[in-house]
Amino acid sequence: MNLHEYQARDILRRYGIPIPDGDVAESPAEARAVAQRLGGKVVVKAQVHAGGRGKAGGVQLAANADEAAAHASRILGMTIKGLTVHKVLVTPAADIASESYVGIIVDRASQRPVLMVSAAGGIDIEEVAATTPERIHRVAIDPRYGLLSHQALGLALRLYRDVGQARGAAGIMGNLYAACYAVGASLVEINPLVATPDGKILALDAKMVIDDNELDRRPEIAALRDASAEAPSEVQAREAGLTFIKLDGSVGCCVNGAGLAMATMDLVQYYGGAPANFLDIGGSSNPQKVVAALRIITADPHVKAILFNIFGGITRCDDVANGIVQATQQFPLHVPLVIRLTGTNEAEAVRILTAAGFSALTDMDEAVQQAVAQAGGAVGGGAA
Amino acid sequence: MSIFIDQGTRLLVQGITGRDGSFHTRQMIGYGTKVVAGVTPGKGGRLFDGVVPVFDTVADAVRDTRANAAVIYVPAAVAASAVYEAADAGLGLIVCITEGIPVLDMTKVLPYLHERGARLIGPNCPGLISPAQSKVGIIPGNICTPGRVGVVSRSGTLTYEIVHQLSTHGFGQSTCVGIGGDPLIGTHFTHCLSAFQADPETDAVVMIGEIGGTDEQQAAEFVAKGMTKPVIGFIAGQTAPPGRRMGHAGAIISGSSGTAAEKMAAFARAGISVMKRPADVAPLLRERL
Repeated sequence: MNLHEYQARDILRRYGIPIPDGDVAESPAEARAVAQRLGGKVVVKAQVHAGGRGKAGGVQLAANADEAAAHASRILGMTIKGLTVHKVLVTPAADIASESYVGIIVDRASQRPVLMVSAAGGIDIEEVAATTPERIHRVAIDPRYGLLSHQALGLALRLYRDVGQARGAAGIMGNLYAACYAVGASLVEINPLVATPDGKILALDAKMVIDDNELDRRPEIAALRDASAEAPSEVQAREAGLTFIKLDGSVGCCVNGAGLAMATMDLVQYYGGAPANFLDIGGSSNPQKVVAALRIITADPHVKAILFNIFGGITRCDDVANGIVQATQQFPLHVPLVIRLTGTNEAEAVRILTAAGFSALTDMDEAVQQAVAQAGGAVGGGAA
Repeated sequence: MSIFIDQGTRLLVQGITGRDGSFHTRQMIGYGTKVVAGVTPGKGGRLFDGVVPVFDTVADAVRDTRANAAVIYVPAAVAASAVYEAADAGLGLIVCITEGIPVLDMTKVLPYLHERGARLIGPNCPGLISPAQSKVGIIPGNICTPGRVGVVSRSGTLTYEIVHQLSTHGFGQSTCVGIGGDPLIGTHFTHCLSAFQADPETDAVVMIGEIGGTDEQQAAEFVAKGMTKPVIGFIAGQTAPPGRRMGHAGAIISGSSGTAAEKMAAFARAGISVMKRPADVAPLLRERL
């Protein structure tokens, strides 16, 4: 789960990281009030779960409160990478002497949290990693002992020559590490960490991604979820216990298991079609999940055919068949349905589907080819 | 033969009285797995289905039954602690089916296991099966046939699809291992490839990877340097968009790294035959064997 910048700032401030004042606003009037309280120049920043806010015009400098309100009215309601901006953060414009990057991610290769810093702050860190990897310094942390003082200071000295400033930055790194474990973050970044002309070290931006597996045991963090910042179909899917990701194609996919769901999308493309979505109905197949899945898929006007691909293990094919039949009784399907199922209780499933006027296939390739054809055939140059 | 499990596997089930644990224990016993003990705190002293003794702790169970492997079906909230307990009791093989262990917990679990020399398979995995010998986990036994092809995969149902293709086309399996879809896991492709390479009864390996991380690239390096047996590879997620978690916690393209294209290229460079779709597995194996 992604947090908004203003939420991540609140958490980091609670862990003792120096962050400039500021507040979130949902209307131009609120933005004006925040700017008035802060006084002087302010920055108005879109709060949206997408990178590249600055490039999209979602971050603006305002000389006074009126200008802040004007920027807010332009940014609120703006769409950045398909997501609508509902909130802006208004903060004082800081004077900056230097910018750097500090982040912690869980590194898969070393199986440890890794603290990364770079003096090339304020810009896209992935770009730095790709083009000038020598400008990123890192240390893998042993979680049994935590971030050790010399490790933090060693990295901080890569950013600041002044040992006082380096100690300040090292303290921030220690607090960042503590915050990471305390809230269950799989990624936390301060970009940029700045030194002001009078020598202070401040975090000007904060990014935090919470591991979804942490949310059950951290209700106070789970409560930070902003459903209005996500695609409505994905919110609906999550509430139904499904994993759904919307794509741009015309073949709606409903599959059990994440790996098979990806392989099904890939096979749609292999036969010249384009998948409309990733959808995993999960292991335990309750017919209601299938109904919810069909509701979500059919709500997409680009879908021209729906493909079921079920390999029954724990998932019972008859549960899926019952779900399909129930769904068609509840709402009309305006597009053709191609069903492939095999495995646990396959014969019973075929009986249920046949009685309801559907036919079922057992071969994955055959089903995908049919679905692509029903959706209007191959788009572009197919591989097959 | 087989890797990791065989007829000598004496299995202990953590969470044997739970909904998933009891269902899959019956399936495993039905397949012929020697399930020698179950553990559910507070239910020690009972018999599961009248045959499997239940203990309060893993240590008690190991002492009384000489169990040598554990499988974990407990809820996510207590799964990490179940792994610690199994390792403390001296078990050398721990298979964690449970999905949902926080990744920061795994950063502490993995060094603990490493220090004790225990092998963890998973978490968030379907387990493993050595057809006609032993099944530990949830892979459906009826799709597998005994034979000489090793299978290792990050996925569940996609593995079943490919195993089904193998069985249908006359390629039986020595062992099928599902290593799990999480970002931090105990057993990687390289561990399984190395074990299959050493197994005299495995002739070829099918490796099923997906987007996210660099496990497949490391596996490719291993194949290029240390494997003489043919390897067939598949990568799921060629159509996955970057930055989105595709169901598995570990299946995510970060920035431009972890894509299917880079993994398939690494496979090809290492001499691994790359499947474009699941149905390619049997023809490619026929070419290489």
